Formats: sequence, C-alpha cells, structure tokens
Amino acid sequence: MPEAKTVTINMGPQHPSTHGVLRVECELDGETVVKARPVIGYLHTGIEKTMESKLYYKAIPCTDRMDYLAPMSNNLGFVLAVEKLMEIEVPEKVKWARVCLTELTRVASHLVWLGTHALDIGAMSMLLYTFRERELIIDIYEACAGQRMMSTYFRIGGLSDDLPRDFDKKVRNIIKVIPERMKDYEALLTNNQIFINRTKGVAVISAEDAINWSLSGPMLRGSGVKHDLRKANPYSGYENFDFEIATGTNGDAYDRYLLRLKEIRQSLRIAQQALDGMPEGPYRAHVPGVVLPPKEDVLHKMESMIFHFKIITEGFKSPRGQVYQAIEAPKGELGFFISSDGTNRPNRVRVRPPSFCNLAALPALCEGRLFADVVVAIGSIDIVLGEVDR
Amino acid sequence: MKEILKALINVFLKMPQGFVVTLKHVFKKPVTLDYPREKKPMAPRYRGRHYLERYEDGTERCVCCGLCAAACPADAIYMEPEETPNGERKAKVYEINLLRCIFCGFCEEACPEEAIFLGQEYEFSDFNRDSFIWRKEDMLVPHPRKDNPFKRIIRRVRRVYGVPDAAR
Ligand code: SF4
Ligand code: SF4
Repeated sequence: MPEAKTVTINMGPQHPSTHGVLRVECELDGETVVKARPVIGYLHTGIEKTMESKLYYKAIPCTDRMDYLAPMSNNLGFVLAVEKLMEIEVPEKVKWARVCLTELTRVASHLVWLGTHALDIGAMSMLLYTFRERELIIDIYEACAGQRMMSTYFRIGGLSDDLPRDFDKKVRNIIKVIPERMKDYEALLTNNQIFINRTKGVAVISAEDAINWSLSGPMLRGSGVKHDLRKANPYSGYENFDFEIATGTNGDAYDRYLLRLKEIRQSLRIAQQALDGMPEGPYRAHVPGVVLPPKEDVLHKMESMIFHFKIITEGFKSPRGQVYQAIEAPKGELGFFISSDGTNRPNRVRVRPPSFCNLAALPALCEGRLFADVVVAIGSIDIVLGEVDR
Repeated sequence: MKEILKALINVFLKMPQGFVVTLKHVFKKPVTLDYPREKKPMAPRYRGRHYLERYEDGTERCVCCGLCAAACPADAIYMEPEETPNGERKAKVYEINLLRCIFCGFCEEACPEEAIFLGQEYEFSDFNRDSFIWRKEDMLVPHPRKDNPFKRIIRRVRRVYGVPDAAR
C-alpha cells in the first residue's frame, strides 16, 4: 500500500472561525496547506429566486437578509437599481440621509469584522469593545427604521419615514465617541506582537492577483489598488463628499486591518459632512403610481388614496430593460442586476455579492501556508455567509 | 542582542498598552444590562408585536380591506370580512402568523385606516406553535384603554407624520 503523503480534512461547516457555515476542504501535508477549497451552499436561502416572485417594493426585506451586518448598504444597492430602472430622481435630502446611514453601516460592519477577526486570532476582549460601539449605530437603526438588524429603511424613491428628530445629535455623538474608542483598539492590536506575528505577511495577495481574482473592497485596496466605487462611479451623491481612499501596501492581513481602521475614520468623516450639509426637503420622491404617497395625504386626499391602494396591491409596471447598479458596500462591490420584462415583478435579479467573489480567492491566500493561517485568511476576507450563498 | 532588546521592548513597553486598556475598563461602569430584570426602552418606531387599534368609542378601526395582507412580504396575514348590523364592514377573522412574520412593518405602512400598528413588545416565545397564530382578540387594544390615551394619540401622530420620540 502506498503511503499517503497528504491528508484531507474538513474545516467547518460547524467551525467557530468560519463565520457561519463555510466548509473548507484542506489538503494538508503535515501542517502545510497544499490545497484549500471553499465549499459553500449550507446557507442557501434562494433570495434571488424569491425576489423574482415579489413585487419590487416587497423584495426590499429580502436584501436585508443577505449581508445582515450591513443591511442599509444592501437596501441601497437594490433600491438604487430599481430607481435606475424606473428613472426616479430622489430628493437631495434622501441622498444625503442614505449616504450618512450607509457610511455608519460601513463602520458597524467593520467593527464586527474587527471584533470577530481579533477573536479568531485569540484576542477575546476586542469583541466586547467593538460590539459596545456597534450598539450605538444599531440604536440609530432602531430609531430610524424600528428594527435593530433587518432595518428595511430605504424605499424605492425615498425612505420609509423621515429621519428621527434626534438623529443629528445621536450621529454626532457617534462621530465623537468612536475615534476615541478606536485609540483603545489600536493600543490593543496595532503594536501587539502576537497580533503582528499572526497577521503580518499572512494571507498575502498581490495587486495583480487581486485584480485577476476580481476582488473588491478592502481586499483589493489592501494590495494597493486605489479603486473605490464611491469615487470611480459615484452614486447617491457621493461626488459631493470629500474623503480619501485608504489603501494598503503589502496586501497582507495586517495591512487590511490598518486599512479598515482608516476606512472607519473616513466613513465618519463622510457622515459628518452629510450631517453638516443635510438639506431640508421631503423624504420621498413625488412619483405618482410608483412611490407611496405620504400617509397624511392617503388619509385626506382621494387621489393619493387610490395610488396607495394600487401600489400596495399591484406594485408598479417597470419598463422593459436591464440595469446594473453597483455600490461600494463595506465588503466590496455589491451589484444588483435586474432584468425586467415589463411586468410588476423583476424577471431576474442577480446579485454580485462581494463576499462570494472575495471568498473565491481563499485558495490563493492560504495555499502553501500553515493551517493556522487559514483562519486568519478567512477572517481577513470578511465574509458573511448569508451573502455568499444568498 | 538586538533581538533581545526588541523582545524586551515588546514585553515591557508595547504589550502593556493593551493591558492598560483592559485595566481602565475594570473601573468603568458596565454597559450591559441585567436583562430579564432590567430592560432597555425600545425606540418609538420599534417594530414589535402587532396591535389592532380601536376608535375612541371602542369599535374596531379595521375594515378588513386586505391591504395589509397584500403588502405583507411573508404572507402572514389572513382575514375574512363580515358586515356589522349597521352595515359597516369589519373583520370576522383576522389572524397573523407570527412565525411567518418578519416584522418588516409593511402592514402598518399599508393600512389606510391606521388600524394596525407594531408596538414595543418583543418577548413572545412559547412552547406551542399554535399559540403563535394570533387572532383578532389577541391583538385588539383593550377597551377602555388601560394606558394613558394621550400617550397613545401622540404615538399615532408620530406614526402618521413621522414625528419621532414624542411618545416618551
Ligand atoms: S388592518 Fe388596515 S390594512 Fe389591514 S385589513 Fe384592517 S384596515 Fe385594511
Ligand atoms: S410586519 Fe411585515 S411580515 Fe409581519 S405581518 Fe406585517 S407586513 Fe407581514
């Protein structure tokens, strides 16, 4: 009998550091990973298919459940795609409010990432601190939309409700508090020799490879590629904001950690600008027959009432055509492709999820490295399995 | 020699930075709540359990128009209409399957009568699946009201006009 050189083992699907139900088939030679193959599909929810059977506005709650750590970003992607299809121009206030909220979402998502990534590596207390700060942002979701995770705040053509009255105060508090608390994170991790040893030079990907693997978001920028959809292809009024694209140099896990910290700072900066310049105005576009009229009109005006009934029961007819709208979600490029056949339901919705595309590069990140580095690689990609499997 | 120096710097200068952070937190007030005993007040817009609203005289607002069921993305609402003796329409059966419900609040947004709204309560676990199908009687607000009606009216105003935080 020939002696087997390598041994194949499964990491996951029930493994605490695969962030959900990811299985990685690892072929090991001793402690070195010869081959790693991510196996997905354990959380397949059929969200894309479900969205085909729903009226456009009813598909919004589905998007929350893909990347449940960044619900507002997902809402934004879908809503912008439908608005592009229907050629709806939303009021300025809506744009600014959306930018402010999605930037806070980015902060929240990166905070969860930071906590769990550090936890994977062995720094337990980070998780407690980052979740404490995330709570502030979740409170904003609750005040705006009424739910702490599955916010469903954005609607086609606007927001579900006006911004709460103390929104400004609460967000300003966050903008003040989080940079202070980030000093604590940096004290805990940035100079921590254990953290540096575990992450520096681990899960490296070069700029060229990153582009070839079609990576996006922090995975791409960590390798030094200055590409951010907020600058490259501005949507929802991002051209009005002044911020820098943070980039890394080495493309390793440590660089991506520094990069995400920088992104949190930039996001807070954008949120600050959005607050300072928040215009007054309606919180929904006035597009009869497509966008729900405000509730007070429904109660008092016959015409609005009729539109209200029609939109709720039948939705609206979309023109034939196809649109693709990509946004810079916390994890990378999140794209929604909608193909419409002229009815009130999308014919096909296809999502380009950043986690899925980034996860595909996992073999390139960890082959030839130690088995323990697989954990770091998965952590630094920042995946959410709900989005990978959809 | 250089290695040793570096290791010493790490152990005595860099690593303690982290310990200082942890130590600082020993003296801070905890941010956690002692949950079942202490509860966090929910935001006024919080989407918890459903309520069916009444008019001031106690009649139900719901006219069984079916808009909430049409708007529900989870198909959680079922209703059957009936006619009252004075010729008005109301719901004979009105059920929400809370196991299907995703608490999206679309029913509240859709209702043209301001009849259904989502309240602040979020604790309704049970051992029995059947008990999650809530009938009309489970959701109707009591009449006469137990709580301060003024508070309730403000809540409705907030729902309609998007005026937040007035309820508390
Ligand atoms: S709750 Fe409102 S929307 Fe639902 S049937 Fe009653 S009146 Fe119509
Ligand atoms: S909250 Fe949403 S899912 Fe629940 S009953 Fe209302 S519309 Fe349906």
